[in-house]
Amino acid sequence: MRYAMAIDTKKCVGCGDCVVACQIENNVPTGYCRDWVTESVVGTYPQLELELRSERCNHCENAPCVRCCPTGASHIVEGGVVLVTPEMCIGCGACIESCPYDARYSHPDGHVDKCTFCIHRVREGKQPACVSVCPTKCMYFGDLDDPNSEITQLLEKRKWKVLAPEAGTKPHVYYLI
Amino acid sequence: MASRRDFIKISSLGFGGMALGLTACDLFKQTGAALKGGASVFSRVPTYCEVCFWKCAAWAYQNKEGTLVKLEGIENDPHCHGRLCPRGTGGLGMYEDSDRLMTPLIRVTENGQQTYRPASWEEAFDLIERKWKETINTYGPESMALFKHGSSGDHFGTLFKALGSPYSTSPSYAQCRGPREVGFYTTFGSYINSPEPTDIRDTRCLVLIGSHIGENMHNGQVQEMADAIDKGADIITVDPRFSTAASKSTHWLPIKPATDLALLLAWIHVIIEEGWYDKEYVERHTVGFEQLKRHVRNMTPEWAYGITTIKPEQIRETARVMANASPAVIVHPGRHVVWYGDDTQRTRAIAILNALLGSWGRRGGFYFPESKSLPSMEHPPYPKPRWSWDMVMGDKYPLAGSSVSNALVDASIPGMVDEQYRIRSWMVSGTNLPETMPDKQQFLKAVEALDFIVVVDTMPMEITGYADVVLPECTYLERYDSLRSSPGREPSVALRAPAAEPKGDSKPASWMAKELGKRMGLDDFFPYEDYSEVLDWQLKQLGTSLEAMKKVGVKNYERENPYLYMPEGVDWPFNTPSGKIELYSSTLKQYGFDPMPNYVEHPQAPEGFYRLIYGRAPAHTFSRTSNNPYLSDLMKENALWVNPKVAKLWGLEKGQKIWLKNQDDVVSSFPIKVRVTERIRWDSVYMVHGFGHQRKELTRAYGRGASDTEMITNVMVDPIMGGTGMRGNFVTFILEDPKEIG
Ligand code: SF4
Ligand code: SF4
Ligand code: SF4
Repeated sequence: MRYAMAIDTKKCVGCGDCVVACQIENNVPTGYCRDWVTESVVGTYPQLELELRSERCNHCENAPCVRCCPTGASHIVEGGVVLVTPEMCIGCGACIESCPYDARYSHPDGHVDKCTFCIHRVREGKQPACVSVCPTKCMYFGDLDDPNSEITQLLEKRKWKVLAPEAGTKPHVYYLI
Repeated sequence: MASRRDFIKISSLGFGGMALGLTACDLFKQTGAALKGGASVFSRVPTYCEVCFWKCAAWAYQNKEGTLVKLEGIENDPHCHGRLCPRGTGGLGMYEDSDRLMTPLIRVTENGQQTYRPASWEEAFDLIERKWKETINTYGPESMALFKHGSSGDHFGTLFKALGSPYSTSPSYAQCRGPREVGFYTTFGSYINSPEPTDIRDTRCLVLIGSHIGENMHNGQVQEMADAIDKGADIITVDPRFSTAASKSTHWLPIKPATDLALLLAWIHVIIEEGWYDKEYVERHTVGFEQLKRHVRNMTPEWAYGITTIKPEQIRETARVMANASPAVIVHPGRHVVWYGDDTQRTRAIAILNALLGSWGRRGGFYFPESKSLPSMEHPPYPKPRWSWDMVMGDKYPLAGSSVSNALVDASIPGMVDEQYRIRSWMVSGTNLPETMPDKQQFLKAVEALDFIVVVDTMPMEITGYADVVLPECTYLERYDSLRSSPGREPSVALRAPAAEPKGDSKPASWMAKELGKRMGLDDFFPYEDYSEVLDWQLKQLGTSLEAMKKVGVKNYERENPYLYMPEGVDWPFNTPSGKIELYSSTLKQYGFDPMPNYVEHPQAPEGFYRLIYGRAPAHTFSRTSNNPYLSDLMKENALWVNPKVAKLWGLEKGQKIWLKNQDDVVSSFPIKVRVTERIRWDSVYMVHGFGHQRKELTRAYGRGASDTEMITNVMVDPIMGGTGMRGNFVTFILEDPKEIG
């Protein structure tokens, strides 16, 4: 089992619903977020292109944050989901430094926090909060090892990219382009 | 220190991730293992969202302790299909906001200074009763006006009708969508209404004229636009700004502002001259084709090019795309369409284009919506006012379909109306008038002259600062309200039930209206102790009950009228004077207006000034949400979009704070940060509406960003229906704090 997310940049309108839903679902303190929206503009008026991307932890197969964690608080669970155990985290911030995606933040309670792929929901058979709320239905979550999953099929059919492939992290968040 | 990232990261490289340094690392703390946030849901209550007018039905979830923890869309709701927009998801913040009004307030003067003192409901109602009775005894109930928005307005609407007041108005008409209603009504004999009956889901071509779906999160439309993108529909967007919708479009026409009507007329010209219109449809259903054909004969793409800067081949090509998709094409009527004062004529041109393409009443074009009519409990007949607003305003705005809010403001100013008709007392519910109405000077003059103002709101918005009495309303999550019965593909009814106890001393509008009614001797118009009794009675007439609706939240009904679309080959009856679609409008002609739209040139920016364009951001609804803890977290302030060429000319840097000054020398109260972006034309600047709040009580919103409304002092009123055109304002930049320069 390899959990992954695919996000269709052709449909995302950058509304930020994924951000609010995540904050509420995961009790993220005000002023922090586990996911965010990036806007890239290329070109000059009127020859322009715009890409909006909902970004978060990439749950990398080759995760630098897990490798550098001195206490084992950062670890990998079923489906390749990268988690942090708050009780084991000493807040040293090594993982924050090592993440090429800037996906982790220092929680005011003293530990590091980030996207969990909403594993508590996934274990109940639900979709992650951001995926289930998105008004444009541009986010897909599923198992890459299942050839019949919507996400596997989409990645076969559509053009896609991942962020910072040069970092060699083998990320599990895909962008349909 | 790890800082929170800004909601929108701007990067032109495609990817801008950077590791952040961290210094504090000795903050080890245990965290409780208890479930928090949305993960702890236990029970749920249905509601419909009030954060905007789209009214999506939602479940309000509570945890074991009964605390509200999250909101989620109801699956079978035709407005949201189980998915709220960010404002609806963050609607929790409307309830949680620590700045809410918690107690009635009465204006008093202490040591020569005006201030508010907290009061009991008893005291507040005593004062209102005394003042209202005084006004009514002296000037009659016709001197009282209600300004309302949202569902609380319904309850006060009943109160004002029972009092015998002829004035109940919503700024959503003359400050927003009025012109398109009249434009479509004079053409098709039908209003557009809300939600719009646009069949975006099944369209093959969607044409947006300055309409920025996706930034305005009219939920159902955004969802359907995403469906249309999935299905490969063409999207044509006309906008001087590279909006989110423009970026998703197959064709973007970066038009020179204020020239849209010329483009529309050129499209009409091409479609007629090339014979690309739906001939059978036009022949069967329309009148005035020959006149229209003559009218647009010289309005060629070459003519329009000189006006709009859109190349003739682009005009022809996009006309072709529309014609190929016909009749599954939508030239969208827009929503906020009060731009230049000739807005009814522009939306008329849009209606005409739709008629030529045969999209009205066709799949993928416009469908015929149906709603469930709600039974109402018996009450005595409303008294007949001795005069109404059309008598007060004379023959101004002959086609206005509803009281025009700006006309009521005028009618409150001495000298603007015959003294016997002057309005003396206002009640304002759920609408932040000073941020909604352009031309603050008129508003201030009216406020100065009025005898008494009652304001009902959940938050200390700007308008509450002008009140004599402020009544704190509880939020939509703490009250019953009227049933939602809105037009759609299928009739649908939704319930709003309270999911929490009202905070502090706040109360629902249904209760306030009833109590005030009692005091004014109008008990018979409010036949309930608690509003839930009315709902239960109504729902029983509709074959269900309050208890049953609490379990489902939304009930969809079969259509009674089988015609979602027009049947082919039948002469469909249109509710116009001719019974046909009027390409040539006999009604407009009769009132002395152009029966077919004409392009009129509007002023362009003077040297050193830029046209002020404003719009919406998905995280906010006008000025109402800027203090919401979740939504202000998502977007704290607005920024001024400036083209890099302009920025260079002025030496403006990204993030620099500047002040704005408009053509009438009005300077913004607060500075605004510059956003240098290619996404805006060099002759215009853009900002999101609803920021720059003046009230310190709004702790998260005070002084954040600037207010576009403050800069809108030139208002071009639509003579046909009284809409207030607001896009004819130009601003220049002040780089130093004007208060320091003096
Ligand atoms: S909720 Fe969906 S459309 Fe909105 S920003 Fe997130 S991914 Fe994009
Ligand atoms: S998967 Fe869950 S934790 Fe991760 S961004 Fe989405 S909502 Fe937040
Ligand atoms: S569109 Fe958003 S804010 Fe408006 S009613 Fe729906 S969920 Fe609420």
